[in-house]
Amino acid sequence: MSDHEYTPKSKVGKWFNDRLPLLTLANHLTDYPTPKNLNYWWTFGGILTFCLLTQIVTGLVLAMHYIAHADMAFDSVEHIMRDVNYGWLIRYIHANGASMFFLAVYIHIFRSLFYGSYKAPREVIWIIGIIIYLLMMAAAFMGYVLPWGQMSFWGATVITNLFSAIPLVGEGIVTWLWGGYSVDNPTLTRFFTLHYLIPFLILGLVVLHIWALHVPGNNNPVGIDIKKPSKDTVPFHPYIVIKDGFALLMFMIVFAFFVFYTPNILGHADNYIEADPLVTPAHIVPEWYLLPFYAILRSVPDKLLGVVAMLSAILILAVLPWLDTSKIRSAVFRPLYRQFYWILVVDVLILGYVGAMPAEGLYLLIARIATAYYFLHFLVILPVLGLKEKTLPIPLSITEPVLGGSPNLAAAKNKESFKN
Amino acid sequence: MSEKKTKRRDFLFTATYAVGAVGVGATIWPMIDQMNPDASVKALASTEVDVSAVDPGKTITVLWRGKPVFIRRRTQDEIAEARSVKLEDLKHPEKDEDRAANPEWLVMLGVCTHLGCVPLDQKGDYNGWFCPCHGSHYDTSGRIRKGPAPTNMEIPKYEFVDANIIKIG
Repeated sequence: MSDHEYTPKSKVGKWFNDRLPLLTLANHLTDYPTPKNLNYWWTFGGILTFCLLTQIVTGLVLAMHYIAHADMAFDSVEHIMRDVNYGWLIRYIHANGASMFFLAVYIHIFRSLFYGSYKAPREVIWIIGIIIYLLMMAAAFMGYVLPWGQMSFWGATVITNLFSAIPLVGEGIVTWLWGGYSVDNPTLTRFFTLHYLIPFLILGLVVLHIWALHVPGNNNPVGIDIKKPSKDTVPFHPYIVIKDGFALLMFMIVFAFFVFYTPNILGHADNYIEADPLVTPAHIVPEWYLLPFYAILRSVPDKLLGVVAMLSAILILAVLPWLDTSKIRSAVFRPLYRQFYWILVVDVLILGYVGAMPAEGLYLLIARIATAYYFLHFLVILPVLGLKEKTLPIPLSITEPVLGGSPNLAAAKNKESFKN
Repeated sequence: MSEKKTKRRDFLFTATYAVGAVGVGATIWPMIDQMNPDASVKALASTEVDVSAVDPGKTITVLWRGKPVFIRRRTQDEIAEARSVKLEDLKHPEKDEDRAANPEWLVMLGVCTHLGCVPLDQKGDYNGWFCPCHGSHYDTSGRIRKGPAPTNMEIPKYEFVDANIIKIG
């Protein structure tokens, strides 16, 4: 990188850049050396930025027509759907956009898990990411309350009641969250306020996330440290820009499919019934992206411990860089970890499935086993595996496996041993 | 300043921090407390219900502080069932006599103590209530018998103003 040497060509540019170095920043982002072997799993950062901006823009528009009042919220959402020009489109983009956001973030997180992107020196990037993920869940939950349908109301009741599990102060906290003795108008107005605020907090954290990324640079599928810039890197523009752009287009096709062909498939029919504090729907389930955690909550028969287990399942990710003791980042060179990784993926999918099913009989048993395995993976398997696993030899550069050699003479001589 | 003796300056620092902390606390508290129930919410704290039209074996549900209150006129069988349970069998031991002073009338918050859903009447393994959300079973006295709920359904403060009027709150 030669940021400090950068000087704008035009006189005006130079004048401005000397006072606020925005052009230097733009130049850094354009020239930013990126590993040349980044695959399509690395395009989800850009896709997530797109998702965030989509939610902010459509949300801004919806807020112009929505009325945050318990007596009017439900009708105002129907008003958006029926009367507002293209209101149906904007609302469906926003509602399905939340699901697409989570789809992308889960791929992004599991990419990190596979390639060890959370390991030193990228722990801070990872932790900021987990905070973003937590804020996303908060924003999604509060956004789901705003239409004031039956699922909105009862979802809000159940989730806020989780805090009542806290000994002594729990009930007081719940009353404080509600602003009353039940979920009601004060709850709705504050959820609307926070739902509006959180995306901008996320935006700020995304800036920090990218800033922290640009300090060590991207991890890559081989997971080795590379020299930057070198033969192993390409400039961000145009190489990564075009690749991210293509992936984004593919993603938008999926997005558009949901918006235009099955806009309600990811929602619940019960939410088209206005909130009724006297009747609980027979089967309360959260949105699909929260189901694994819901399954963990329900698999524990004790109220407080259930809540503790659910929160731990999320927060355990924050300490992952220290739980995984392996020095090798990429699962490509960790034959055992690779298998446990896929078991974890299946485990989380199973948790998601049983989270949508009634908590009884066989489903409950499966949920309990899957919950136990989830914690086993992070608390036992990862720490032990890092010490015991026999890893494959890692190449010295990204180019080496391709050319079968390396500029490093000694490494080239050891080529045969590498192949074995 | 090499010796460890407290100096005038140290005192000034400590005093400044202390006053500052009080000031910050006094500024933050209104921001926090504004989220607690406001005067208009608290003003709705009591409600009167006419129960003259409720026959034995029927339940009416009224809204009090935004929450459902079940008022059930219990049958003799239900009363007998509730009073015959041994306290050792209960997860949250409470005598039925303490929950329903007038045995015919059970007045309680229709809110499951697990995560706040409204249980269904005349359902579950104990002929009382059943919560559809996470499967808690309550008996004819509204006491938790099976499932994740930690305590019995709550009995609000109420009184009979006359033979037919119940004042809740």
